[in-house]
Amino acid sequence: MSFLTLQHISKKYGEFTAIEQIDLEIERGEFLSLLGPSGCGKTTTLQMIAGFVTPTSGKIMFDGRDITRERPEKRGMGVVFQSYALFPHMTVDDNVGFGLQMRSVKPAERRERVAQALDLVRLSGLGARYPKQLSGGQRQRVAIARALAMQPKLLLLDEPMSNLDAKLREEMHIELRSIQRSLGITTILVTHDQVEAMTMSDRIAVMHRGRITQISTPFEAYERPQTPFASSFLGKTNTLSGEVLVRNARCVEVEVAGLIFDVPHEGRSMKGRVNVYIRPEKVRLTDHEAVARTRGRIATCVFLGNQWLLEIETGLGKLSIARPNFGPPPPAEGEEVGVLWDDDDLRVLEVEVSRGHA
Amino acid sequence: MATLENDRAGVAPWLLSSPALLLFVVLLFVPLLLTLMLSFKVFSDVNGIQTTYTLANYVAVVTDPYYGAIFLRTAGLAIAVTLLSALLGVPETIVLARMRKPWQSWCLLVVLGPLLISVVVRTLGWQILLGNNGLLNNALQALGITSEPIRLVFTMTGVIIALTHVLVPFMVMSVWATLQKLDPQVEWAGLSLGASPFHVFRRVVLPQILPGVLSGSIIVFALSASAFATPALIGGRRLKTVATAAYDEFLGSLNWPLGASIAILLLIANVAIVMGCSRLAEQRFKHIFE
Repeated sequence: MSFLTLQHISKKYGEFTAIEQIDLEIERGEFLSLLGPSGCGKTTTLQMIAGFVTPTSGKIMFDGRDITRERPEKRGMGVVFQSYALFPHMTVDDNVGFGLQMRSVKPAERRERVAQALDLVRLSGLGARYPKQLSGGQRQRVAIARALAMQPKLLLLDEPMSNLDAKLREEMHIELRSIQRSLGITTILVTHDQVEAMTMSDRIAVMHRGRITQISTPFEAYERPQTPFASSFLGKTNTLSGEVLVRNARCVEVEVAGLIFDVPHEGRSMKGRVNVYIRPEKVRLTDHEAVARTRGRIATCVFLGNQWLLEIETGLGKLSIARPNFGPPPPAEGEEVGVLWDDDDLRVLEVEVSRGHA
Repeated sequence: MATLENDRAGVAPWLLSSPALLLFVVLLFVPLLLTLMLSFKVFSDVNGIQTTYTLANYVAVVTDPYYGAIFLRTAGLAIAVTLLSALLGVPETIVLARMRKPWQSWCLLVVLGPLLISVVVRTLGWQILLGNNGLLNNALQALGITSEPIRLVFTMTGVIIALTHVLVPFMVMSVWATLQKLDPQVEWAGLSLGASPFHVFRRVVLPQILPGVLSGSIIVFALSASAFATPALIGGRRLKTVATAAYDEFLGSLNWPLGASIAILLLIANVAIVMGCSRLAEQRFKHIFE
């Protein structure tokens, strides 16, 4: 049995269903992200795992025991909150040592473990300060140290980076990931930031409207999204709507605005109206008339430093293209160019039949 | 908020604050100054207020054990009312803060209700409730708890009950304000770190609302130490507090200078205690709150 298992978990608030029949299994030492837009139920899921919210139905198993109705203070999980939720009236040392104190760890050992935890998040020497005297990034490190000091079996992170500026956030992604690896602590991260989820996670659970639509490695989630929602939520993509003509052994032939695409179906049944997804970085510009799949006019061309972002007006509609800053710059706006891609890089999904959602 | 540079502001700030300033100067500052001057005047039973100045009034108040007892009683009353208000007001506010929306507003209105009723009506209400033939005593006797009425009117207990009733709203409002600023996630944080709900309250919530309890206590203390109507109506003429004693000197024995010096001494004591407490609180909580 897995380390943490959610079995058919649902949560209703009156008539509103926040979580609908979630099943989730997390292995010991794994880093899993719950990724989704706001209101998708990811935070509610985390709160049920932590014990702050009781599920309406279903069962949560943790380390071999049923914790569905266990009080949060009995669960021994470390939680890092979006607001950090530090105790403003306590010093950093007392904040980090609070969990140990509640477990009646002796003062000498407590001091040692507080120092270790602060060392881990590189805050040594700031133990005597109060939270108000720290920067946002430092406060977040204190929150992480506080959760880790009691050596929890499970670490829960509720959008911990959302109050940091972009650069600090990137640093913390790498740092938190390496802390998690070195401690081998099982971790669940809730985030709406796909970059954050992809940087840190072993697996990503994409959530949408109270359900998990896909659980896979970051690479799988990006390259082979299972639903139209997942494919547009994770990274940018060009969406073209078309019609299936023939389903062959390996591929389906899809017609989009008079153009035929030969897209791998990977064994899924496919008929009628479909969407074809092309990632911007998988489309290239070409001068060779012979290899170009279609032609278009450059509508916008933006330089981002490491790459160029172009929008091309084609017969298929507007196509976004990301081109690495390598070689000469692309042609100017307004010029005609050939556009090229490999059909094997495309993704085809049946148009989601809108299901009723409570 | 945007602020104008000093040299550009001109007379506008003065003009805008002049009505309030005028009100303060005419209605508060001038009478206070006159009272202060009055308190140093010589008084004789035969000739009334003289034009000469003396310290005798203050010496009389400070040395006479009769006034000493009144000052001590008032301090005891203020401390008792403050403690009771904190004891009742803090849990009350916490319960209020956790109520659901429509109920919360209604209950808040009920709590703040005493402030909406005239002090005289409210106090007479207490007379009806607490009197020897009042509801409370009749009920106690009907239930066989006591054989004869418990004297509540014209006692300290009665005054403390009535004053607490009207001053608790100030405690509630003050604690309410700090409770609103409390990050709701800190309680969860406490729980996740293994603290029981009781420990979360004692170690996490209470220390954070303590500044609110303190400022509420300062308000309640100052108001109950200088309260007049409730002690006068429920305490009666014999159970004097400083405020009623000053009143009696003015209107009973017509010794205005003595009454004025009692009033000034009450003011000084009140200001000293309130300032001292808030200074202490500021130092204690400086590092926690900006």
